[in-house]
Amino acid sequence: MSKKKESGIVISQREIADGIFDLWINTDISKTAKAGQFVGVYPANGAMLLPRPISICKVDKDNNALRLVYRVAGKGTLEFSFLKKGDRIDVLGPLGNGYPVDKACGKKVILMGGGIGVPPLLEMSRVLKDLDDNKKPSEVSIVMGYRNSQDFLADEFRENGQFYVATDDGSLGVRGTVIDALNKENIEGDVIFACGPMPMLRAIKKYAGEHNMEAYISLEEKMACGVGACLGCVVKTRDVDAHSHVKNARICTDGPVYDARDVEI
Amino acid sequence: MNTKVTIAGVEFKNPVMVASGTFGSGQEYGEFADLNKLGAVVTKGVANRPWEGNPTPRVAETSSGMLNAIGLQNPGIDVFVERDIPFLQQYDTKIIVNVCGHSIEEYLDVVERLSDEKIDMMEINVSCPNVKEGGIAFGTRPDALFEITKEIKKKSKQPIIMKLSPNVTDITEMAKAAEAAGADAISLINTLTGMKIDIHRRCFALANKTGGLSGPAIKPVAVRMVYQCANAVKIPIIGMGGIANAEDAIEFMMAGASAVAVGMMNFHNPYATMEVVKGIEDFMQKEKIEDIKDIIGIVK
Repeated sequence: MSKKKESGIVISQREIADGIFDLWINTDISKTAKAGQFVGVYPANGAMLLPRPISICKVDKDNNALRLVYRVAGKGTLEFSFLKKGDRIDVLGPLGNGYPVDKACGKKVILMGGGIGVPPLLEMSRVLKDLDDNKKPSEVSIVMGYRNSQDFLADEFRENGQFYVATDDGSLGVRGTVIDALNKENIEGDVIFACGPMPMLRAIKKYAGEHNMEAYISLEEKMACGVGACLGCVVKTRDVDAHSHVKNARICTDGPVYDARDVEI
Repeated sequence: MNTKVTIAGVEFKNPVMVASGTFGSGQEYGEFADLNKLGAVVTKGVANRPWEGNPTPRVAETSSGMLNAIGLQNPGIDVFVERDIPFLQQYDTKIIVNVCGHSIEEYLDVVERLSDEKIDMMEINVSCPNVKEGGIAFGTRPDALFEITKEIKKKSKQPIIMKLSPNVTDITEMAKAAEAAGADAISLINTLTGMKIDIHRRCFALANKTGGLSGPAIKPVAVRMVYQCANAVKIPIIGMGGIANAEDAIEFMMAGASAVAVGMMNFHNPYATMEVVKGIEDFMQKEKIEDIKDIIGIVK
């Protein structure tokens, strides 16, 4: 554990799809960051005080850099979208638990992402690819869902596994959801790692349950502190949580990644 | 240079505390703040049994502040006594436990359980705006506040702080009621009840519809209320509401607070408490203030 808040330096930023930005930041947080974790990014505008939780798309330890791919969703992320090389940006992290990479060992893995839930799976796909042979999954299928043909990060995913795509408008791959793509393309697996909007995660929880698969899903909620103090971002859990002693777990610290069986979503 | 302050016979190494609910039980900020350097840790509110709290979304950002409607989720006094108090006892800081309940009986349950624990003070939360029953009802009527304060004083072995709500017509009436009933100190302000609507989704930003507003947006209101109460009662005041730095803390003390608490700004800057402690020392040095107590209520 080594969370910190520090001033990072923007290495580069570009818009890779409508309203989707690809931001590289030089920060020591990269030293300990893992796939599935996130950072809190602070707007410079003093009227916006809370950190914006943004998932980590890539960790480049050699260059002390983190890659964040985010969607402009409000005033805070709009401010971030104007950041240029050399600008400073305050970042808190690394936050959250990350994906349990060991669960992939020897298994047929399916990575599933939807919308702005796509980016954290890129780091996960890279981590799985770079694992030692005795820890590697036997197979990696990557199923990403987009609104339309703006399939950001798709080319990079193709380097890390068998890639499938689903789009809402049918302009690429299977028309429909990532679950539709699983069915249509007959993709099979033992364990799913996922991130995306709540309806998609609910569908994955259900699918995994019906097919006797494990699923590790990354959840999202409005957050304040990001470090487990305020109890703002909780999710209902199946069992009484060890920390809260009620059926609530903190997404920022106990999550954001949960075994789908453990959460009531 | 003396930074020590004394409230109801309890000596604090400096006047810097944290506001209940913004610092967990201290552990969550252990990577950022050295708890040994704090005057006191004020814990998240604890009830006589576990509380689930409200549905999400529980938080929403607003201009220079935030709304919250956590609903006092807490693990209950049993877990608190076994886990959180021993954790805090490892540190050289004072422990103030915030107590919540739905009825006088529930408050008294917790107060009695805490009476034999090694804690320094209790802060009684009669002002949370996010809990449907009890709680706030005690904090918005002087007679009800008097009654609960009196009952708690009968059972408590530690000095008690009554935490006041700003959601009243005249906060000095509440301060006077607490004092008359024997409260050892008061803390203020709790959050201001507010609301935010998401115009695109046409819904409330919080599942609870209303929430408590905190952060720098409420600081001028808080300073005013501390000043008013300092002129209305003789018991010490712990001031809070949007404190972000040492300048803010000193402002509260000059208005009449004997100690201050950093709340929502911990979320913006997890190092805020440490910076306030250091900044007060720097200010004292620069302004040649020998004793921090000399500035309490200095602005008349």
